[in-house]
Amino acid sequence: MKLDGLFGNGTVFMPYVCCGDPSEEFTLRLVQTLVANGADAIELGIPFSDPIADGKIIQAASSRSLANGMTPKKAIGMITKLRTQNIKVPIFVMTYYNIVYSNGIEKFVKEIQIAGANGLIVPDVTLDESGELEGICKKHGIDLIYFITPNTPPERLKKITKKANGFLYAVSVLGTTGTREQNAPEAIELVKRAKQITAIPIVAGFGISNEKQAAEFADAGASGIIIGSRLIEIYSNQSDMEGKLREVAKFTDRIKKAIRSGGRDDT
Amino acid sequence: MNRYFGQYGGQFVPETLVPALAELEHAYEKMSSDEKFQNELAGYLKHYAGRETPLYFAKRLSEMIGGAKIYLKREDLLHTGAHKINNALGQALLAKKMGKKRIIAETGAGQHGVATATVAALFGMECDVYMGKVDVERQAPNVYRMKLLGAKVKVVETGSRTLKDAINDAMRDYTANFKTTHYLIGSALGPHPYPTIVRNFQSVIGREARKQISLAEKKLPDYLIACVGGGSNAIGLFHPFLSDDKEQINMIGVEAGGDGKKHAARLCGDGKKGVLHGMLTYLLQDENGQIKDTHSVSAGLDYPAVGPEHSLFGDNGRVKYVAIKDDEALDAFHLLSSTEGIVPALESAHAVAHAIKIAKELGPDKVMIVNLSGRGDKDVDHVRRLEGIL
Repeated sequence: MKLDGLFGNGTVFMPYVCCGDPSEEFTLRLVQTLVANGADAIELGIPFSDPIADGKIIQAASSRSLANGMTPKKAIGMITKLRTQNIKVPIFVMTYYNIVYSNGIEKFVKEIQIAGANGLIVPDVTLDESGELEGICKKHGIDLIYFITPNTPPERLKKITKKANGFLYAVSVLGTTGTREQNAPEAIELVKRAKQITAIPIVAGFGISNEKQAAEFADAGASGIIIGSRLIEIYSNQSDMEGKLREVAKFTDRIKKAIRSGGRDDT
Repeated sequence: MNRYFGQYGGQFVPETLVPALAELEHAYEKMSSDEKFQNELAGYLKHYAGRETPLYFAKRLSEMIGGAKIYLKREDLLHTGAHKINNALGQALLAKKMGKKRIIAETGAGQHGVATATVAALFGMECDVYMGKVDVERQAPNVYRMKLLGAKVKVVETGSRTLKDAINDAMRDYTANFKTTHYLIGSALGPHPYPTIVRNFQSVIGREARKQISLAEKKLPDYLIACVGGGSNAIGLFHPFLSDDKEQINMIGVEAGGDGKKHAARLCGDGKKGVLHGMLTYLLQDENGQIKDTHSVSAGLDYPAVGPEHSLFGDNGRVKYVAIKDDEALDAFHLLSSTEGIVPALESAHAVAHAIKIAKELGPDKVMIVNLSGRGDKDVDHVRRLEGIL
């Protein structure tokens, strides 16, 4: 599966899902619900014991998942399952570098590719340390996603955009993932700054929690938005599975509407 | 500055931290060649922290064991009671020059937290110290000391609730607040440039020891022995001797052997290469790459990773790494207290325990330096409770 179809028709919604929180069965149904209600791609998190880029909500989700026995192998198996369940949207695997490294970099990348993933997001690998990983990802047709942040200096921004594969992940806060009520003005600026120097799609994430924030990024020209922590909060607030999925469906619909009406995409 | 020690080290951090670490590296490079800064630091080390520390010949202990001559590098006599102050003073002064208003730190045993809280008070900076809940409980006196010094202690309740998790939370705080805040890492670990900066600030230990032993024994030591948690006291002692002949100077790093089942022996145990806290190094991890819980009677050695330069020295054999178990460390804690009148920190007691083990096998012509990295006052309550004495 190629990314060609993902960008270019308005701002896309790419929810973050923590594999196995709280169970494998729930994650599979969660992805089905998200896609059925308009999610354009999925960022599928393989939990790590020490997620330093993540705030409290994803930390807790990762702990629950690990406590219930989630492993990288099972998570990759879930990608295979999702593909056989007719999930066709791009899937980006998100995990920390130790998971990739300790499972064998090439083995890991090859396995996610065979399972049907399109890209790999590793928040603790920047272009300064990505040499080996980048080469292996290229070889196996996996897009290694790089990050840009509001404090990235102009010359480094240029360097990163030159290396970019698939899309650039614009971190919309100085800090970790988590819910916030408002966008930081410098995050909106970052999207605009990046768009001036590259045609690579810019996808904003970290701290986006509501329709208003999503629409602001769409207006600024973001090709996509990622929401993780807020989504986890929404399903964690419901006790039964059907209730969880119902609220997720409603939220997805609201976000999609917000980025459709607010968003324009000129990439 | 080199990013790597062989293949180890590097800077595996979120993109947000890259400019912050570049700023730190730049400031450090500038200050390391700035004579005024160096003099100012030397002044604080001497008049405030109490350097130089003695190199003490432990005569009674040596005679009792009946082997090599054991010298103790008395970092325990420093202000705040451990070598941690060397690095804390250096980094805090650097942070001040960088215009930072706030300092954060992680702490295991509490010694680094106390040293950081101390320098924050000294330089009038705001200070938050992250400490795992398990460590808060076993190192209670240090928690109060930090508060007394004006620092806030942030209790970390995630993961194993020890040093590893305190570092995670400190790194998250740094990611959000680096504009105003300096993260004062307490050991020779973390992303580049920290391992180099901390090592250089701690190398004062080895520089002094080298001069002192040359005067006392008219020769260089045959053995250097230090405990290794993150590994800053060890690397500080070893570094000024690295260019000497390997056959002549044996360097030994002592890891926590724990209770025999759970431990923190990364280099001499079952550690595997991996990436944690911004560095590629040996880690205790499971078959899936999840970081394992460690155990040691001493909070300061209870850590699943190790400073990256130690990983290099483990691979190339320049330093030999061994493990000492909880009960052996406790025996050494008692023995040094009763034979020399020196109560060592439980961390340092691991180094003492190994020195005792090997000194027996050596003749009196052999000289060893043991880094007594900290004093044991903080451990007295903990050991008393372990031994069931009320």
